[in-house]
Amino acid sequence: MTILAFALLIFFASLGCIINHRSAVSLRNSRLRLASITLYHGLFSLFLVFIPILILILLWLVLQNPLLELYLLRSVLVEYLAGANKGETDLMLAEIRSIASGTIFGQPEEWKLAAGEQLAALQDLFSKLLVFTIAVLALILIFVARYKVRPEFRARQNVERIVTWLMIACSVVAIFTTLGIIASLMVETGRFFSLVPITEFLFGLNWEPQIPMREDQVAAEGAFGWIPVFTGTLVITAVALFLSVPVGLMSAIYLNEFANHRVRSISKPVLEILAGVPTIVYGFFAILVVTPAFRSFGDAVGIEVSPNTALAAGGVMGIMLIPFISSFTDDALSAVPKSLRDGSLALGATPSETMLKVLFPAAIPGIVGGILLAVSRAIGETMIVVMAAGLIAKFTINPLDSVTTVTVQIVTLLIGDTSFDNPKTLAAFALGMMLFIVTLIINIFALRIVQKYREIYD
Amino acid sequence: MDTINLVKRSLPRRNRNQIILKGLGASAIIFAFLMLIILISSLATSGYKALTQTHIEFSVYVDPAKIKPERLPRGNFKGVLQDSIFVHHEGELSKSERKQLAKILSNGAQFELRDRVVSDSSLVGQSITLKVPTSDPYDQLNKNLIDRQTEEEFRRLKDNEIAWFDSLDGKGLISKPLNWGLIFNTDSRFPELAGLRGALIGSFWALLVCFLISFPLGIGAAIYLEEFATKNKFSNFIEVNINNLAAVPSVVFGLLALAVFIGWLGLPRSAPLVGGMALALMTMPTIIIATRAALKAVPPSIREAALGVGASRQQVVFGHVLPLAMPGILTGTIIGLAQALGETAPLLLIGMNAFITSAPGTPLDTSTALPTQIFIWADSPERGFVSRASAAILVLLALLITMNALAIYLRNKFERTW
Repeated sequence: MTILAFALLIFFASLGCIINHRSAVSLRNSRLRLASITLYHGLFSLFLVFIPILILILLWLVLQNPLLELYLLRSVLVEYLAGANKGETDLMLAEIRSIASGTIFGQPEEWKLAAGEQLAALQDLFSKLLVFTIAVLALILIFVARYKVRPEFRARQNVERIVTWLMIACSVVAIFTTLGIIASLMVETGRFFSLVPITEFLFGLNWEPQIPMREDQVAAEGAFGWIPVFTGTLVITAVALFLSVPVGLMSAIYLNEFANHRVRSISKPVLEILAGVPTIVYGFFAILVVTPAFRSFGDAVGIEVSPNTALAAGGVMGIMLIPFISSFTDDALSAVPKSLRDGSLALGATPSETMLKVLFPAAIPGIVGGILLAVSRAIGETMIVVMAAGLIAKFTINPLDSVTTVTVQIVTLLIGDTSFDNPKTLAAFALGMMLFIVTLIINIFALRIVQKYREIYD
Repeated sequence: MDTINLVKRSLPRRNRNQIILKGLGASAIIFAFLMLIILISSLATSGYKALTQTHIEFSVYVDPAKIKPERLPRGNFKGVLQDSIFVHHEGELSKSERKQLAKILSNGAQFELRDRVVSDSSLVGQSITLKVPTSDPYDQLNKNLIDRQTEEEFRRLKDNEIAWFDSLDGKGLISKPLNWGLIFNTDSRFPELAGLRGALIGSFWALLVCFLISFPLGIGAAIYLEEFATKNKFSNFIEVNINNLAAVPSVVFGLLALAVFIGWLGLPRSAPLVGGMALALMTMPTIIIATRAALKAVPPSIREAALGVGASRQQVVFGHVLPLAMPGILTGTIIGLAQALGETAPLLLIGMNAFITSAPGTPLDTSTALPTQIFIWADSPERGFVSRASAAILVLLALLITMNALAIYLRNKFERTW
């Protein structure tokens, strides 16, 4: 039915376009001078039909099922659901939904079957109603558009105004995405803080989200202090930077100052490939190669290395960040005005002295901005740590130990079944909120530095 | 004189420093090269083993006593297979030994036999040749992943099982053809049967949705910001937003999709539609930035010429600037889609890591995607899945290389320098 709706949308829009174009052409052929060329008369009708009906279809698709289910809950199901809590109601609705779509598991009660049938009938009715509404609305709009075709009608100006608003709407999607992120995180975090006190979350030193799902289950009490999770993130980030900053800086210095054209033309693509490898591949590489290597090395020299050592996750993340830091440093070094370099060389400094004492200090703000962006990437990086880091939050800064990170906890808390009324699920959103805030601050700070620095030399 | 001597005396030290810095730089580059080589080669050595699959070929007598045509599709297919395979075994077997040695056949063998007999019931009572995968341990044995020197109690296959396999191998029944099942099978609990079809189709749907949303929206936003927006607080705010979105961690987009698309709008879990929507929001900043760069690269003379002959500003942009910028826009879009193809975290959060044994028919069906399938396999305890995961990564990397090569080709072929 959805496909039919979209087919109708395209059909009526092009129909309107053709009708208007034809009538504009016939006006022109009867020697009337049109204010706009005929094409714009067609486009005017196209937009006038297309946009409202597209919005109608999307709204209908989003709202139809929730509204129908609400109706069922309020009318037929009231007597059966008396006293049921939200989870039971959802379960019931899910069962009725699957009955309505034709898959019946086991032997459901008579009233569920009836409700399922009613839901299916209602869905069918509403789909037909949608098609009918589209057809009526489209015909009205085509008629209105056709009525507008006159020699003095400024079709181009109208079309261009519509296109401008469409483009503004496209740009505003970015704002709505940010708002959506903030709103969704805020709402779920707010619900989390109504179950767990905010002070416990911010200052607690224990993270044990394994709370009982049912009343009679034996499990830990559950503790939601995010500090050990955050320190774990910092440990892994530190390891990653410890590897990637020197290697990235050095490779950028080499490529910028010493490498000949051939080395550059080979090295740049290699670094780009390293940057383009998906993070899940790095994660798999960490568990396949790096962790066993660290373990056997630890065994050989007699140090105990935990199976999910932060060194492995951090080291592999460091490899991922090398091209990132290298390209930022390279850009920053290239942005330093040539006069500085020439002046230094002319005074007799060797290229390495020019690099270390003139170019590098001048490029420091840009480099620091790049490193900060790398830090925010490392904090937000998910798949490498999900695969290679630990699950248990340990309050430690020993990189040989197993630590967990904010992103690992978000993923493990949300994988599997998720119900939105459980502190375990909501805790993931609280962690997501903290992650968003921390990375946002670092990003804004870094972009500021990079931009300000650019302005100085431009 | 003094200064010159000072310089001369310090020169060796300064030149040494120069060499040290150069050496450090070169070794950093070499380190990066080395890491890439280790990464690729370790994946290749562990993945290429899954590119072939040990098969066993033997003739099966479809015994009418065990499979009755009138009772199809029911029947004792397992028994028929066992009878046929033990023809090749010398000597008597106890019941428990039969049970143990029959495990050489993949669990999928009986279903393949069933499908063939059901589609053509005249096969009952005849002998047919069946070529089916062996189960995972025997596959590992055939690929030398099980060390025959290990003591029996620590080995996955016991002595009699290895002898049984060797005797079959000696009769030429064992072969190792290319593993097309890796691409054309859907996921399975048994490594020897598991394939990527569902994941590939799921990724295709997700990318299609991602493209359909992010391409028009991204181009619209980029044209507005680059060509029409006056520099004011509003357009500035949009730009800040786009730049920030480009740096928001991907897992946060997963949280957004989970809370808004699934929680509030009630879209189905594990559906490529939702995954594609989340990926679209992530890809949009990339497309916007690439489009703006491509628009900027079109020289002002084009605009001025068009304006000069009386085109409106929109006619200039849509009729002249945009077509010229299209190669650059397409290149950026393909690179953005390649990034989206490898993105895993948001898909995990919306539940695209479910165990699903059928390929999705529409974007609304539950499904996995290529990267989440890799994640599932990498997490599985069976050894066979490790090489499957490596092979799946090779498939993913091959797709990424193809997409990037296409982007580079487009750029080189259509890009104009002014």
